[in-house]
Amino acid sequence: MQNENLVQISFFNQLMLVHPRKKQNERSEASVQVSEYFVNAEGTGDKVNLSDLLGTVEKTSGASNKTKKQLRNLQSSKETLELPLNKQQTEKIQRGIAYEKTTAEVSCWKNIILQNQKAEQMVFPLNQESSGPKRVEQVVAGWKVQTPLEQEIFRLLHGSRQPVNDPVLTPVEEQSLKAMSLEEAKIRRAELQKARALQSYYEAKAKREKKIKSKKYHKVQNKAKRKDFLKQFDEMVKTNPEGALEELKKMELSRMEERMSLKHQNSGKWAKSKAIMAKYDDSARKAMQEQLQMNKDLTQKMVVPSDDEHESIEEGLETVPDFVNDPETVIDPVNPWMRGQLTHEEPEVSCVTAEEVQTAEEENEEEEIIGEFERKRKLRQADEEDLIPTEEEHVVEVSDKEEEEDEEEDVSEFNTLFRLMRSEKTREGSNQTRGGLNTAGEEDEEGLLSEGQIRVRSIEDLEVLDEVVEPRAIEEPSAPQTAAAEATSEPPHKKKREINLKEVLTKEAKAVRLPFLPTVVDEEERDEQISIIKEAFAGDDVISDFIKDKSRQEAAGRPAVVDLTLPGWGEWGGVGLKPPRWKRKRFRIKTAPPPPRQDQKLPDVIISEKRTASVASHQVSQLPFPFQNTAQFESSIRTPIGSTWNTQTVVKNMTKPKVVTKLGAIIEPMVKEDFIKSKTTSAGGKGAAIMLGENRRAKEGTKRSKKREKMTTARSNS
Amino acid sequence: MAAVTPEVLTSTHVEKMKKKKLPKRYWEETEKTDQSQRRPEEEQGKAGQNQNKSTVKEKSLKRKNGESLEKKDPFPGEAPIPQKQLQKFQRGKKCKVPAGARERLKEAIAISEAMSEHAQKQAARYDLLLPEDAGFLEGDEDEDTNTISQADIADAVDITSGSKYFNLHLSQFGPYRLDYSRTGRNLLVGGKKGHVACIDWQTKDLKCEMNVMETVNDVKWLHTEAMFAVAQKRWLYIYDSKGVELHCVKKFNDVLRMQFLPYHFLLATASATGFLQYLDVSIGKEVAAICTKMGRLDVMAQNPHNAVIHLGHPNGTVSLWSPNQKESLVKMLCHRGAVRSLAVDKTGTYMVTSGLDRKLKVYDIRAFKPLHSCFLPAGASCLSLSQRGLLSAATGEIVQVYQNVLGSNPVSKPYMAHRLRGQIWGLAYCPFEDVLGIGHGEGFTSMIVPGAGEPNFDALDTNPYRSHKQRQEWEVKALLEKVQPELIGLDPGQLSKVDQASFEQRHKEQIEALGFDPLAKDKFKPKTKKKGRSSAGAIEKRKRKVAHEDQRDEIRQSVQERTEREKELKEKSNEKKLGNKSTLDRFRK
Repeated sequence: MQNENLVQISFFNQLMLVHPRKKQNERSEASVQVSEYFVNAEGTGDKVNLSDLLGTVEKTSGASNKTKKQLRNLQSSKETLELPLNKQQTEKIQRGIAYEKTTAEVSCWKNIILQNQKAEQMVFPLNQESSGPKRVEQVVAGWKVQTPLEQEIFRLLHGSRQPVNDPVLTPVEEQSLKAMSLEEAKIRRAELQKARALQSYYEAKAKREKKIKSKKYHKVQNKAKRKDFLKQFDEMVKTNPEGALEELKKMELSRMEERMSLKHQNSGKWAKSKAIMAKYDDSARKAMQEQLQMNKDLTQKMVVPSDDEHESIEEGLETVPDFVNDPETVIDPVNPWMRGQLTHEEPEVSCVTAEEVQTAEEENEEEEIIGEFERKRKLRQADEEDLIPTEEEHVVEVSDKEEEEDEEEDVSEFNTLFRLMRSEKTREGSNQTRGGLNTAGEEDEEGLLSEGQIRVRSIEDLEVLDEVVEPRAIEEPSAPQTAAAEATSEPPHKKKREINLKEVLTKEAKAVRLPFLPTVVDEEERDEQISIIKEAFAGDDVISDFIKDKSRQEAAGRPAVVDLTLPGWGEWGGVGLKPPRWKRKRFRIKTAPPPPRQDQKLPDVIISEKRTASVASHQVSQLPFPFQNTAQFESSIRTPIGSTWNTQTVVKNMTKPKVVTKLGAIIEPMVKEDFIKSKTTSAGGKGAAIMLGENRRAKEGTKRSKKREKMTTARSNS
Repeated sequence: MAAVTPEVLTSTHVEKMKKKKLPKRYWEETEKTDQSQRRPEEEQGKAGQNQNKSTVKEKSLKRKNGESLEKKDPFPGEAPIPQKQLQKFQRGKKCKVPAGARERLKEAIAISEAMSEHAQKQAARYDLLLPEDAGFLEGDEDEDTNTISQADIADAVDITSGSKYFNLHLSQFGPYRLDYSRTGRNLLVGGKKGHVACIDWQTKDLKCEMNVMETVNDVKWLHTEAMFAVAQKRWLYIYDSKGVELHCVKKFNDVLRMQFLPYHFLLATASATGFLQYLDVSIGKEVAAICTKMGRLDVMAQNPHNAVIHLGHPNGTVSLWSPNQKESLVKMLCHRGAVRSLAVDKTGTYMVTSGLDRKLKVYDIRAFKPLHSCFLPAGASCLSLSQRGLLSAATGEIVQVYQNVLGSNPVSKPYMAHRLRGQIWGLAYCPFEDVLGIGHGEGFTSMIVPGAGEPNFDALDTNPYRSHKQRQEWEVKALLEKVQPELIGLDPGQLSKVDQASFEQRHKEQIEALGFDPLAKDKFKPKTKKKGRSSAGAIEKRKRKVAHEDQRDEIRQSVQERTEREKELKEKSNEKKLGNKSTLDRFRK
């Protein structure tokens, strides 16, 4: 007891040490109740240790084991506390933290700054109210109840939940009104009601059924379900094959699972006990058999008769079925490799080959022959494809006609015709490349060319075409033609041929026939004139002059060789002595040859290589910022912006100023709310369109509280 | 059944959610209106959001209720633009964004591409507003169009068109040169013997008529109908539309031919002395005078595409000139004899020349290659190309008009022909009209050539029906948009290209242009010092010191470079040596 007292005193002293200012004077007055604080201090020298206190804690029954344990641990640990960091280091850390904080704070501006930089046009001040007429709701929202009468009225209105402005509805309501008429809404509502009712019934039923514990009931139920399912499945195969396949897959999966597990294999505990009982108990035996049956059922493969098989079977009645050579059809939807068949040939419907196939069937020959037919047919098809595209139309047309007319004849005719045409074409092509000068041949070719251009629609047309072509071919070569006549009678088909510029250069000029006689000079006169001209220009050879001029220009363009040799240095000098070769080699400075001239390949043109400096002063000489090469920049300014080349709207759009400021308006610096607001509105778009003070505050309050929660959780985590 | 239930479920689920969050009505609490007052824009934004949402919902509802409620647009989206029209307004090639491009670059390219595409599309759309189409002459079967006489055509067409065929019998003052104003309303004729007259040829209203009592070599309208230039025997004169002499430009002597560049306000003249001169008519200054050294210049044409002047010479060459270069831009040998006449088409793609060797040649002047040539028995003394590419050639007394000359197919026969009396001296198509004006020895003839003129005019540029006021406005705008003569060159798009010359080259040009080096160091000027330290000798010493320092710097630099080079060489050689030697060499015998 005394010991305890002592402890208390020393504790008191400790307290006193902690709060030295509150030292109170000892009072020595006598009193009835002796306070523990006014006990004389005896033995003040020895202080109370933690261990002393702990000892009492161990003994007290009220303290929890946990705290005791903790305290014991504390006692046993000998580690001293680490020294606090010195001032510089703490400050450094604090600065680091502050830097991070401020970067986080500032970086939230980053997006908006980027956005503004990218924006094609900025309008200041930023949050301008639209100049147009405001919506009634906006005006109402800004209105404040002032007079007591108004307050009274509003209280009444609020009490009875009346809208303040009678015709005014919330936008949501308006929208809903607009969305559907009353009748529609009613219908929809009724539908929904019904659905809801059904739902609730269904749910109630399910709940009730779920509660039933009878095994027999469930068994029956399951059986019924399975039956139902099978029925459904049969239907599904017909109506919805994809869904059926899905179901099949599911079944397959269950089968796999069954095969993997030992569930119905009579190897469980229950099964073993039943096996013992089976000898004597009929029901047990039955149960076991049922199990086995289940296993069998589940592991049985599902074989669905496919449509292909039906067909093949039907075919098989008449002839030898195709699939005899195929491997056994194992329809395994999971394994795609098992689904395939060996080379399955689709029955061809092509009219051209139908006959051939028939004969093949009749003769029932070996496959080799069929293969040969196939090859031939393919070759022919390739030939047909090579022909002009209009022939595709033929094929279609012909195939239509075939039903009416005799097939074989037409087809063969058609084929031969096209083969003929094709050979002609190739011949013509070769002629063109040869570029022969004989007129008769050319005319012939042109006739053929024109033939190629006539669009043939049907067999009759084809025949007509054949007739048309022949007389032409006969006629044209018979007519003798002069060079001039040829020029005049040149048909427009010649346009197709591209002019070779080189050829034109060397070509003779064509004479032009004139309608008025006097201007047409007789041949003799012409010759005379030519000779006169020749005489007149005999002295000046225009061409050689030009060539000289050109070579002079080229020479001027070439950089001159700088000769720095000094004769007499390091050797004998004098008249008639040449500097040695090494010297010439060393002191002659050659500069790099200039880039090839623009007129290098044009013999009769001299193009000046001088740079036009006059435009250079107006040109851009340095690539502007985002562009990496000149091509990009040039293409970016390739579209003119003037009104001469553009429509009015485009000009306005292209030349709109980057920054627009309202005259007289104060442009205040951007506030954080300006862009944070937009985010929040985008996030919480579900609220009412008009929200008055209280609501918003409530919302904000919730947001704030959420934020706070987040903060706390974050803190606790760290 | 199984398929139906999930849908029902989801719908009910949605319904439940709705029940939970009843939309808040604005009448529920109005006490704190002052708060709402603070930020009306926020509410506005929210309202907008809500509206959007509800519209979306509305749409979905409609779709659920059935398509019958929606009226389907039979032509959804924008009206399609034919590819041909789009191609017409294509400007340059599209730029592809490189694979590893920066974000900024990508954006810049994307924006510019979008803009140009938009501009192209809009322009193609507005092409709809050019409804007029060019006509042409079509003969009966076995009838050549060139045998149809002008009188027949004038009889066949309506009265106003028929009145466009007329003759002015002016046999006194000898062969006439002519020029139509840019709008095509006014005609200026100048007889060789001094007769000058300007006429509103459609109303046949004579504006002025005079005799300058001198030889007239050429006449030309300036930018408006108010002024024209006449190249007389000695000087160049400028008159106004009433025939009052405004200027006598004595810097321009012996002018034979003139061309007016409308967008540059330049009057280019070619003289008998071989000078090509440019007069800026907006400021009245001579911009450039180039001595071509090619003799008498009496064949001249302008390329309307790039404002380059083409000159034909007696030695069969055609040279191209700009006021910025003292030598010809291009010189091409076109004929074996002298060049008689020249014409360049509107797009600046083709040039047609005729020479004394009686050939007519068509050139592609983008590649400077001949396309085709033909032989005219009489040779062509005058050539003219219409806006639609019809070529008229004066062969002796006959004017022939050719169709489809520009292109690769050769000329076969004329489209039209007309016979006149007397030598033909001037030939010009009237802009925006199917009319060819012919100046000849017996006066002037206006000939109908169907399909010659451009059917659609740009009313802001050249409006044939413009009023006095509109003309004034146009003049001011045209002067503001005047293109500087420095920009004339072979490539009119040069300005939109980046100047890729090196700094040295540019510096050199600058020195040439200024006459001094703007970046040169100032010469060292020693300070004046007192106490006899600024004596001539001392100053010279100080100067030399500085000079030596400069030299020393240079020498030091060169020495350093040389030593470095040597070091490198040495290292290389060392490496080579080391490379040859290997550690295993010692085992070799």
